[in-house]
Amino acid sequence: MQTIPESKFFERETIEHTLNDPSQVIPLLQKVQEKEGYVPEKAIEEISEITGVSVSNIFSVITFYKQFRLRPPGKYMIRVCDGTACHVNDARTLLDILNDELKLEGTDTTEDGLFTVMPVACLGCCSLAPVIMINEDTHGKLTPQKLRKIIKEYQKKGKETN
Amino acid sequence: MYKVTVGMATCGISAGADKVYKSFETFLKDNKDITLATTGCMGMCYKEPLVEITDGKTVYLYGDVDEKKAQKIVESHLKNNTPVDEFIVLKDYKSGAEQQFNERQYKIVLRNCGLIDPDSIEEYEKRDGYKAIRKVLSSMTPDEVIDVVFKSGLRGRGGAGFLTGQKWKFAKSSVADQKYVICNADEGDPGAFMDRSVLEGDPHSVIEGMMICGYAIGASVGYIYCRAEYPLAVRRLKKAIRLLEEKGYLGDNLFGSNFSFRIKLKEGAGAFVCGEETALMQSIEGKRGTPRPRPPYPAVKGLWGKPTNINNVETFANVPWIILNGWEKFAAMGTEKSKGTKVFAIAGKAVRTGLVEVPMGITIRDVVFNVCGGIKDGKKFKAVQMGGPSGGCIPESLADTQIDYEQITKTGAIMGSGGLVVMDETTCMVEMARFFLNFTQLESCGKCTSCRIGTLRMLEILERIVEGKGKEDDIDRLVEMGEYIKKTSQCGLGQTAPNPVLTTIKYFRDEYEAHIREKRCPAHSCGALVKFSIIPEKCTGCMICARQCPANCISGEKKKPHVIDQSKCTRCGKCFTVCNFDAILKD
Repeated sequence: MQTIPESKFFERETIEHTLNDPSQVIPLLQKVQEKEGYVPEKAIEEISEITGVSVSNIFSVITFYKQFRLRPPGKYMIRVCDGTACHVNDARTLLDILNDELKLEGTDTTEDGLFTVMPVACLGCCSLAPVIMINEDTHGKLTPQKLRKIIKEYQKKGKETN
Repeated sequence: MYKVTVGMATCGISAGADKVYKSFETFLKDNKDITLATTGCMGMCYKEPLVEITDGKTVYLYGDVDEKKAQKIVESHLKNNTPVDEFIVLKDYKSGAEQQFNERQYKIVLRNCGLIDPDSIEEYEKRDGYKAIRKVLSSMTPDEVIDVVFKSGLRGRGGAGFLTGQKWKFAKSSVADQKYVICNADEGDPGAFMDRSVLEGDPHSVIEGMMICGYAIGASVGYIYCRAEYPLAVRRLKKAIRLLEEKGYLGDNLFGSNFSFRIKLKEGAGAFVCGEETALMQSIEGKRGTPRPRPPYPAVKGLWGKPTNINNVETFANVPWIILNGWEKFAAMGTEKSKGTKVFAIAGKAVRTGLVEVPMGITIRDVVFNVCGGIKDGKKFKAVQMGGPSGGCIPESLADTQIDYEQITKTGAIMGSGGLVVMDETTCMVEMARFFLNFTQLESCGKCTSCRIGTLRMLEILERIVEGKGKEDDIDRLVEMGEYIKKTSQCGLGQTAPNPVLTTIKYFRDEYEAHIREKRCPAHSCGALVKFSIIPEKCTGCMICARQCPANCISGEKKKPHVIDQSKCTRCGKCFTVCNFDAILKD
């Protein structure tokens, strides 16, 4: 009987269910990311120990799927929809505005750790195009003005609660 | 005695349906006579949030409801029995402002969507749910089931259009100790949300379809591979599976037979290529989702090396209906080789956008003009894009093409999974092709050289064309490379990635030529090729554009209209982005 490895990220019950099962790599990564917002290095080592899959193989799985992040995200995750409907309704302008307003130059997260901007393929509310999602809230039928106003509100909110 | 039902699919919720629901809840909390319920997608995305009120005799559907309108509806309709005519979009699904939307539709797959509470097994059963599986288990042999599905002419709704009955036959004839049924719910085409709506609005019809398939091919385990970007669909599926297990509808010896079936849910992790069946199986096994060569086909060697049958969400949702209504009724609909109906997610420049289910054989023109009400703002219809990044554009001149697998393939597009984007004169076809290729390029898994590098080279050419830097032989080079990539890629992603480019060149070559030779975008859409000017009536002289212009070509006094010096303008579009008053004209 194999001993259950000590873990900082997973409960004992989860580990028992996933022990030595390579097909559990993705669900375990999803679990960590849901809790931490990203996949910390230490978690990769733990998943390797639990499932028996090598660290390098887990790393290759992480980099293959878009869902996984290796760095902590900002407090507000802004998903900018660039699906077909949003694209024909000028989603690119929204992205330009965000990069500009939040002074993102080649990175996806602002220096103060408040925002992460991520273009996504489709949020699935095409009739509201163009759409962005900030954490769980959807903002639709956006115009440059509306978007700037929303960002200002979140900036204010973020600073107050910090 | 009224019943109030609020449409709470993802699109409804993003349009504010949860707030509307809460206001009804508040208004009705002391009123025990009125029931408040939720349902899935009603299809009319363009009128969300939607609220249905019925008194047991007439059904009233209200559209564009917000908290204020909700209050008015409560006061007038629920308390004083006077429906608010101005907000009604449909009455009894027959008359009303939006009746044309429903007239040409025929609902098989969406038969319960927007009508039942997706979390309730009882409501599904009231509409003949789990009758088909009972019928199959009590009175049909697996071969008879396959025969019915085969004769119905049902073809794979994921896009490729392989005969479902044939696929099941292959899986049944493989001998193994364990077989699997997989439901492909990794709907990845940008702008397509048919499967999401079915999973959110009627998850049980898909599960019942999987059970029937399991019985027919001899599998006792099913997997649903669902996109993680669909949190509501995942939640509904989890709940449905849990309730079914509790009720004894999933597990051992189902419905008094010796048939056993279990379902596991796997969440995808954001990779478009996992919609390809061999890549999907790799992903379930916990690996990188890269496709492998076929044969062996999954029916012989699939998940964990065992025979596996994979169908898409919409295909499974058709199956219970076919079993209960007979293959003859299904096969009577449609064209010679394409039977039944097809669900489309309509997006883009049509008046009515949303989810529709139409009989096969209807023409594209019929869908655009009759079901969807034509083009918004009185603009001119230019083309439809079908099949997303794997599909192609069908121009207005071919709009009388029937919805039929073979006929659509003939145009260079594909039936696809059901994304249908309507485009008007302001959509640039070169930019559209660039958009889709950019998508497939990012999603290429990188295994085949021609797909990994070929799509990138094609994308570079398209990027320079939309920037006005195209070269004379670029079009020929795109065609040559596109054909090459199609021939030398292993999976469907690479084999179809060039389609959006090749079809737009075929039908809109003049637009490519205008970009390359005249440095002009006929649709006035490509930023680098349009002219920016300031509308004096709208300009307030706030000076924000003048301060932000990197070329310093905007001048004017404070609080007076500004002007752009066209000789210095670099067409970066910065002024257009920063203006708060819509005063920049893009032409």
